[in-house]
Amino acid sequence: MSTDQGAGAAGRIAVRKTYKLYIGGAFPRSESGRSYAVTDHRGGFLANAALASRKDARDAVVAARKAFAGWSAATAYNRGQVLYRVAELLEGRRAQFAAEVRAASGAAVRAAEAEVDAAVDRWVWYAGWADKLTQVRGSANPVAGPYFGFSLPEPTGVVAVLAPVSSPLLGLVSVIAPAIVSGNTVVVLAAERCPLPAITLSEVLATSDVPGGVVNVLTGRMAEIAPWLASHMDVNAIDLSAAPEPLGCELAESAAANLKRVLRLGDGDWSAEPGLERMFGYLETKTVWHPVGI
Amino acid sequence: MNSSVATAVSDVTSIAASGQALRRFLHGLPGVDEAGAQARAAMLASRSIKTTAKRQALDAAISMIDLTTLEGQDTPGKVLAMCAKARRPDPADATAPPVAAVCVYPDLVPVAVSGVAGSAVRVASVATAFPSGRASVDVKLADVKSAVAAGAGEVDMVIDRGAFLAGRYLGVFEEIAAVRAACGDAHLKVILETGELATLDNVRRASWLAMLAGADFIKTSTGKVAPAATLPVTMVMLEAVRDFRSAHGRQVGVKAAGGIRTAKDAIRYLVLVNETAGEEWLDPRWFRIGASSLLNDLLMQRTRMASGRYSGPDYFTMD
Repeated sequence: MSTDQGAGAAGRIAVRKTYKLYIGGAFPRSESGRSYAVTDHRGGFLANAALASRKDARDAVVAARKAFAGWSAATAYNRGQVLYRVAELLEGRRAQFAAEVRAASGAAVRAAEAEVDAAVDRWVWYAGWADKLTQVRGSANPVAGPYFGFSLPEPTGVVAVLAPVSSPLLGLVSVIAPAIVSGNTVVVLAAERCPLPAITLSEVLATSDVPGGVVNVLTGRMAEIAPWLASHMDVNAIDLSAAPEPLGCELAESAAANLKRVLRLGDGDWSAEPGLERMFGYLETKTVWHPVGI
Repeated sequence: MNSSVATAVSDVTSIAASGQALRRFLHGLPGVDEAGAQARAAMLASRSIKTTAKRQALDAAISMIDLTTLEGQDTPGKVLAMCAKARRPDPADATAPPVAAVCVYPDLVPVAVSGVAGSAVRVASVATAFPSGRASVDVKLADVKSAVAAGAGEVDMVIDRGAFLAGRYLGVFEEIAAVRAACGDAHLKVILETGELATLDNVRRASWLAMLAGADFIKTSTGKVAPAATLPVTMVMLEAVRDFRSAHGRQVGVKAAGGIRTAKDAIRYLVLVNETAGEEWLDPRWFRIGASSLLNDLLMQRTRMASGRYSGPDYFTMD
């Protein structure tokens, strides 16, 4: 799939693409039947994308919740292997991603390729964390008694993510990977203006070993969908970094209804060191006491 | 159904006078157009029920539920918890109506009776060697009598599908009639187990057979066989109760059981009832939904409509 627009070689009719959503491992159309035109940085037609409705968001949360039990119970080692394999598949789509990044941002060929490489590297970096998180974040606690106390990080549940606008691929990878590496499942709302890398990522995930429902991709308008995700009582955390003000504040307020974990880290320089904040932001800590000698 | 059939069925005793007469009557019922039934059910399923109508439909569906637990692992504690939920489905919202009944195995009837005491919730018990129905008639009748003696106000019996499929209609008829007699004042629901009847023609025949033998309700399924309740099957049964009433003047209820898990499904059934049997059947006395997990979805939808935000399973009791 290239992102070339319109008719290519003379005489050939262009195959115009109308992409669909990615929910529960399947590619359904929006329940509303709507779609919108995605354009490149100069305003030229690229493809049609589904314009998700609140009901699609609801379905995506249900799919994410359903997938949570299996994904969070998978061993950390297994999750890591699954994510490494995704990186291999991303690498195989390098040219397509680069073309989509170029079309969205107007970046030079080199810069676009560099962003794709950085995105794959970022994914690998997070994949490596899968079986190291517990060692770094967990602890054996000193207790004054004849028993042990252990604190273990556990995934918080369903995470809603608003994808960054400034970096269509690297930014996207940098918000999805830290959520799923620890066993959370996500509903990601792709950037409205440049959703194609997110759609291609969903095609990658669909052919990878990531179980259906672990990542669900919606395309559509942030102002329409985000309030439903933020107020949803079955969403455990939400990344509002990409939300502009005053929408971000309003979303944070409605997220308080069920005490969601809210991340607002800004839509900044995605090529910088990612840090651990995002990955640690979606964890709960379970502390258990373990009697000695039994 | 045409009027010649309707007048011909006016006399139950002559219909069931002999096996031959009964067979002649049942096989004389008009055949069901399977493709047509599926198309009509699908068309009715696409009706859009929104806002205030949806609010009413959700409450109506809750009030029609037979909240059911029919597992080998049922304990008195589980039944009591279910009874508490039946009386007040949403602890956070007193405006949610109670369900119609709780449905349990016969040995747990006393527990259920104590659990719903003082409320309008009725106690239904399955009986007659549920779900297979493979026992002698004496054992089945003893099963029914013990359930009624323990306080069950409604009895859900299963028909002998083996006899029905072998064409021994009179045997099935007599068994239902005997159970009817053993029920005394209790309501009798007759489970046709449509998933084992193979054709919609058989569903129509079994419906008429059960009604002629004295059923107060005809019920689709045990919930132990797939497929359980489906829209086309329920539609055929609703047509049967409608036609039976115009022929015999007696109204019989319908219970759809098994496989109805979402509020959307439940509302589709209500539309089907309204469009097939008519508005008079839209009442817990005449239409029931046998379900367990459905209730939570109805409550979640209800909460969504009241609060304006989507709810989650964390906020409702587990079944």
